[in-house]
Amino acid sequence: MGQIAIIDYGMGNLRSVEQALRHVAPDRDIVVTDDPAVVMAAERVVFPGQGAMPDCMRELDARGLRAAVLEAAQSKPFLGICIGLQMLFEHSAEGDVPGLGVLSGEVVRFAHELRDAQGGKLKVPHMGWNSVKHAEHALWDGIPQDARFYYVHSYYVVPTDVALAQATSDYPQPFVCAVARDKLFAVQFHPEKSHAAGLKLLQNFVHWNPL
Amino acid sequence: MLAKRIIPCLDVTAGRVVKGVSFVELRDAGDPVEIAKRYDDQGADELTFLDITASSDDRGIIFRIIEQVASQVFIPLTVGGGVREVQDVRNLLNAGADKVSINTSAVVNPQLVADAAARYGSQCIVVAIDAKQTAPGQWEVFTHGGRKATGLDAIEWAKKMQTLGAGEILLTSMDQDGQKKGFDLGLTRAVTDALEIPVIASGGVGNLQHLADGVKLGGADAVLAASIFHFGEYTVQQAKEYMAAQGIEVRL
Repeated sequence: MGQIAIIDYGMGNLRSVEQALRHVAPDRDIVVTDDPAVVMAAERVVFPGQGAMPDCMRELDARGLRAAVLEAAQSKPFLGICIGLQMLFEHSAEGDVPGLGVLSGEVVRFAHELRDAQGGKLKVPHMGWNSVKHAEHALWDGIPQDARFYYVHSYYVVPTDVALAQATSDYPQPFVCAVARDKLFAVQFHPEKSHAAGLKLLQNFVHWNPL
Repeated sequence: MLAKRIIPCLDVTAGRVVKGVSFVELRDAGDPVEIAKRYDDQGADELTFLDITASSDDRGIIFRIIEQVASQVFIPLTVGGGVREVQDVRNLLNAGADKVSINTSAVVNPQLVADAAARYGSQCIVVAIDAKQTAPGQWEVFTHGGRKATGLDAIEWAKKMQTLGAGEILLTSMDQDGQKKGFDLGLTRAVTDALEIPVIASGGVGNLQHLADGVKLGGADAVLAASIFHFGEYTVQQAKEYMAAQGIEVRL
């Protein structure tokens, strides 16, 4: 079995992702790396992200990781998390920057002054545990409908091809919180911080063998 | 829809969880790692650790505790207490914290909040505000564990922290803290209405209705409590069931 590489481009803290993966895959060789060669050689790749997307894009390029990420996203089991999902798209309203363009679509901000059905104020960032309605996909195996996952974000993805969507959450309108294509799967929430449901998704990823 | 969060708070000193009334008569509540696991099992949505260690000699203890908790508990962990510079934020994140709470140092050096948010993202910067009522509808920010007045208006201060990049506000009423009579709902409502970022209500929880009131009347996005959980009066699960019965969205 090959390595599982967690891509480190210097944005924030990857410790939680690493800890959670080690917990669900204690026998696997898991490495946190900023080396494009290690990413290229890995059996599967996790692409996390925190902070602001313009900074993430800049740091990714500064470390010469763009080509390795693009290659991995199209050739091997690949899991994007949070900004790691958003960066796969063509453009983000956050800082008005281009993304990697692996998937077509936009990253947009939640509106200001959102209200829930009872008129309560909805804060941005969308922070906390929201329920997820998901489609059929190997990464959802064993995860019940409406399981809650932990989120913290102010922007969300709008894929051009709606068939990419693998799950939605409501805030208050439904937004896409997971996408998949071929060997790529990416989520807006933080599975590494989402207790049993999140660990199950990570475990499913570790065992996922898409054709 | 998004659930309201229930956050047990662990005040840690010399490697133990303690709880006192207004920082006196500290009572031992147990081992932080064991307590964290217990609350995780009960369905806590997050955990907050406040390092109330007085001596800088003992500051390494909190790192070891966070490392141990982070390897076993997969929910967000917030750590505060003694955060003075960006390097402190970095060290706590590296130990396994997901968010770092800044209190006194935000007042002494507001640029710290801006710098830390710029470097690590707003999602991991919590600004803790300790406030005391000074007149009807007015609250003043206090620092150094509530001992030092700052002259700052709590609502204006919270807005400034939001502007500088705080991702969340942990709002404690110094009047209510330890009194077990419920949150200062006027303070909670005033701050949450003034902000776009989430507000965690803190200080004064004595029963489960207080938690529900913090959300329903105070408009809090999350509620934080310590002693009602530490000493076995209620479990986190009971708190959630109680709130759900009142129509509050919670993660059960």
